[in-house]
Amino acid sequence: MHNKSVAELSRALEQGTVSSVELTRQFLDRIRCEDGKYNSFITVTEDQALADARAADEQRANGNATPWTGVPFAHKDIFCTRGVRTTCGSKMLENFVPPYDATVTANFRKAGAVCLGKTNMDEFAMGSSNESSYFGPVTNPWGAKRVPGGSSGGSAAAVAARLVPAATATDTGGSIRQPAALCGVTGLKPTYGRVSRYGMIAFASSLDQGGTMARTAEDNALMLNVMAGFDPKDSTCVDRGVPDYTATLDEPLKGLKIGLPKEYFSEQLSPAMEQQVRDAVKEYEKLGATVKEVSLPHANLAIAAYYVIAPAEASANLSRFDGVRYGYRCEDPKDLMDLYTRTRAEGFGNEVERRILVGTYALSAGYFDAYYLKAQKVRRLIQQDFINAFREVDVLMSPTSPSPAFVQGEKSTDPVTMYLEDVFTIAVNLAGVPAMSVPAGFIDGLPVGLQIIGDYFSEARLLNAAHQFQQVTDWHQREPN
Amino acid sequence: MTISRKDIEKVAVLARIQVDDAQVSALEKDLGNILDLVDQLSAADTESVEPLAHPLDAVQRLRPDEVTETDQRAEFQAIAPATENGLYLVPRVIE
Amino acid sequence: MQWDIVIGLEIHVQLATRTKIFSGSSTAYGAEPNTQANAVDLAMPGTLPVPNEQAFRYAVMFGLAVNAEIERRSVFERKNYFYPDLPKGYQTTQLARPIVGPGYVDIQLENGESKRVRIHHAHLEEDAGKSLHEDFHGMTGVDLNRAGTPLIEVVTEPDMTNAEEAVAFAKKLHGIVTSLGICDGDMSQGSMRFDVNISLKPKGSDTLGTRTETKNLNSFRFMEQAIHHEVERQMDILEDGGEIVQETRLYNGDRDESRSMRTKEEANDYRYFPCPDLLPVVLDEAFIDEARNSLPELPDARKARFMDQYGLNDYDAGLLAADARLAAFFEETAQHGEDAKLSANWILGEFSARLNAEERSVNDSPVSGIQLGALVTRIADNTISSAGAKKVFEALWEGDGSDVDTIIDAKGLKQVSDTGELEKMVDEVLAGMPDQVAQYQSEEDPKKRKKMLGGFMGPLMKASKGQGNPKLFNEILQKKLDA
Repeated sequence: MHNKSVAELSRALEQGTVSSVELTRQFLDRIRCEDGKYNSFITVTEDQALADARAADEQRANGNATPWTGVPFAHKDIFCTRGVRTTCGSKMLENFVPPYDATVTANFRKAGAVCLGKTNMDEFAMGSSNESSYFGPVTNPWGAKRVPGGSSGGSAAAVAARLVPAATATDTGGSIRQPAALCGVTGLKPTYGRVSRYGMIAFASSLDQGGTMARTAEDNALMLNVMAGFDPKDSTCVDRGVPDYTATLDEPLKGLKIGLPKEYFSEQLSPAMEQQVRDAVKEYEKLGATVKEVSLPHANLAIAAYYVIAPAEASANLSRFDGVRYGYRCEDPKDLMDLYTRTRAEGFGNEVERRILVGTYALSAGYFDAYYLKAQKVRRLIQQDFINAFREVDVLMSPTSPSPAFVQGEKSTDPVTMYLEDVFTIAVNLAGVPAMSVPAGFIDGLPVGLQIIGDYFSEARLLNAAHQFQQVTDWHQREPN
Repeated sequence: MTISRKDIEKVAVLARIQVDDAQVSALEKDLGNILDLVDQLSAADTESVEPLAHPLDAVQRLRPDEVTETDQRAEFQAIAPATENGLYLVPRVIE
Repeated sequence: MQWDIVIGLEIHVQLATRTKIFSGSSTAYGAEPNTQANAVDLAMPGTLPVPNEQAFRYAVMFGLAVNAEIERRSVFERKNYFYPDLPKGYQTTQLARPIVGPGYVDIQLENGESKRVRIHHAHLEEDAGKSLHEDFHGMTGVDLNRAGTPLIEVVTEPDMTNAEEAVAFAKKLHGIVTSLGICDGDMSQGSMRFDVNISLKPKGSDTLGTRTETKNLNSFRFMEQAIHHEVERQMDILEDGGEIVQETRLYNGDRDESRSMRTKEEANDYRYFPCPDLLPVVLDEAFIDEARNSLPELPDARKARFMDQYGLNDYDAGLLAADARLAAFFEETAQHGEDAKLSANWILGEFSARLNAEERSVNDSPVSGIQLGALVTRIADNTISSAGAKKVFEALWEGDGSDVDTIIDAKGLKQVSDTGELEKMVDEVLAGMPDQVAQYQSEEDPKKRKKMLGGFMGPLMKASKGQGNPKLFNEILQKKLDA
């Protein structure tokens, strides 16, 4: 059962060949037996999951089920879950049990899905290797000592290791797509504003977006059906109809115009990686797509702009962690200043502190124009690049990451080396367009991902393109041993 | 672009994060490298480019002035580090 | 040396919305601590702000009332600083594009002149919570009920040159926001709080001196005292050859002293930047027109009407029209009383004095306009004397629930106005005072005669047990003595 997709499990539940309680037990058993190797979960909610599974079975018996009723899955530990601790990978929130649900959490609850627990992540979603988690690093199921990517590394590893068929994730600069690529699963970062951010602990508000992770594109579509939609509690959430993303998966790709951004195929790209991507593109040509080279002239500035905007927003977003109303508080503060500075020094890890300090610096008097304002102007240039490109083509394709999963510790000593992990993914967040990572081959036994970028609100087209690719390839079905 | 120890100390106070001397040395190098990366921005020609604060060109929706919240103090204060008589407690604040 | 005083004001006006500016929590005053602070107000992780439409409507109404430009596309910024009463670690406010642009207010000075005070801008922002410094084992308690209450901060140009002007402006602004109904104006509860920026410069100089900011003055009287106090303090320093330090000061009105607020460990660097959780607020013409059409009568228009409709003089009309609640009270009184001018006198005299003495607002008055109107009627129709009226007023204030006429009867305050009866009393009294009568009649000086007339009033009032109409007594006396 653990090899089945969400769609398959949903059908099995509908046909009554398995109950939700049985399924939930099986997956919980797998987590118990296997996750010691991966550390992909921070919290496993066995009792709650079984109670939810029983409720789901009743709901099915009563005949008012959704496709998700009784299907197990997991939440990235960035989504607030009422009554279940939500840590965001940080000591700061080690014992934080929110008395409220994120909108995404509430949506899955309403759909009757069974949450098995909360997955590991880089602290406050800051990282590309899952090594910044207070709860320890996650190991990539494809290679001992290999990182799963980040920040949604726990979700990616759990899905790859068949501990859950699907998991929620978030993406601020590549945090869904890069771990999906490194773990050989399929992930989607929707258009900014497509999924509510309410109750999703903020890193950088104008870049953060909740999204999906599963093995197949079809399962990503099923997830997005639950997650997408207007939320009056999020001012930046878009009030726009949500299509059934599964309805268009089978559309033929004939005539699909693919653009290959030449900036993403420079000499810095390893020949092996380039080969994998070009092979994947060839499959698309076989499916009737046409390919042309396009340009994103400001792509090389994306990382620089991102590392001003994201830390600046984060520096303010993380000010609320002050030891006053919830979360970690230092022992015996001698005065108010001591309460703040020790609580935050002890509660945050190094990478979070670095980003808060960079952001504070970029916003401080005398630097605002040179850094923040400049970065926002460059952000518009980057957005314009995408708008121009989508006048010529329907989707853009590139590698998701520069290389497959690297060894733990290899990049964690130098922040900037780590930041370059997101060289292909970051511009997408600055522009706010949707993008996916789809398994597209292996290098030295490690999975690589094909990134597919679409125009605003073109999630259905991206899922359709990924699904069609998965009908003619089996990279997404490969299982780590 | 270099960032001085003094800058780092000043920024750490603004951000309310305690840093010791060893950390300041490490930060000097790391933040310096990050700022070098960021300095690529200065090469971009952004004359007459409007800053982009948000990816979508949307405008703010306003909420009707209706009370939608009820008292949940007990639940919120159950997860607070220190409370008394319904108040959050902090070390004495002198104005 | 002669000095010019330069004063600018920043006024925080709490908007009378039902809910907070970014959440659906109630803003009602006086709730148990932290019972009106929800997840958004407490800055729980992942929570997000959604702005209150009414706060924008009120801000626009204010802007229109002070002749200001309305910003069609306003933006919220974050102002970053740490304080226990600021849950997010930043205040959401407006800096670059505030909702209300430059405007002005004309104020009336006691010498009858009018002066224009320019408004630099007014912006929408959220209020902070309250720190309670009573002792909790050496800790401070934080109540976040007020956190997120909508405010407009009104910033004037430094156009005022003395305390009188500053107070006149403050009162005028109070009258405008209460008339608009966008603020309850209750200063004792912090609904309006004034910060005063003061600097001195050598008389005639064009260069502004270093200014100080005196914060959170919550009554007009304290504001006036604080200005005098600060001007003197600065003058003393400057005349001793010292320099003014740019700082924020706290004024203690009870002791008439001020002190510098604890100097911060570092210079403030608020790191303003546009709030990424909020989008630009775009107001269309329909919204602004609707606000314009809903503007009620403002103090200036009301004053003109009071002069015209009730025949009040300029000064009385100005005082009564300035405060919306006082104006409403006056109109209620005038409608139930015979004499509008007398109503005005009573409200500005006895009634206001009593309110001030007990630090009550008009709304908390134990005497209603209907009651006061009835009282005025009985004064006007000579049923009671003004001395008797004060006794009735006293009874009403102390909560005597009966109507005015019942109190007059019960206290036996009705004046005797029957001339026959009064003449009889005068005859009796004069008969008993032959010497004084003779003295009076032999006196030539009319001034002295008038004074001597008073000598008969005491015995007359005594004879009538205080119920004789003094005016009639006077007339009869003169008639009889001069005959």
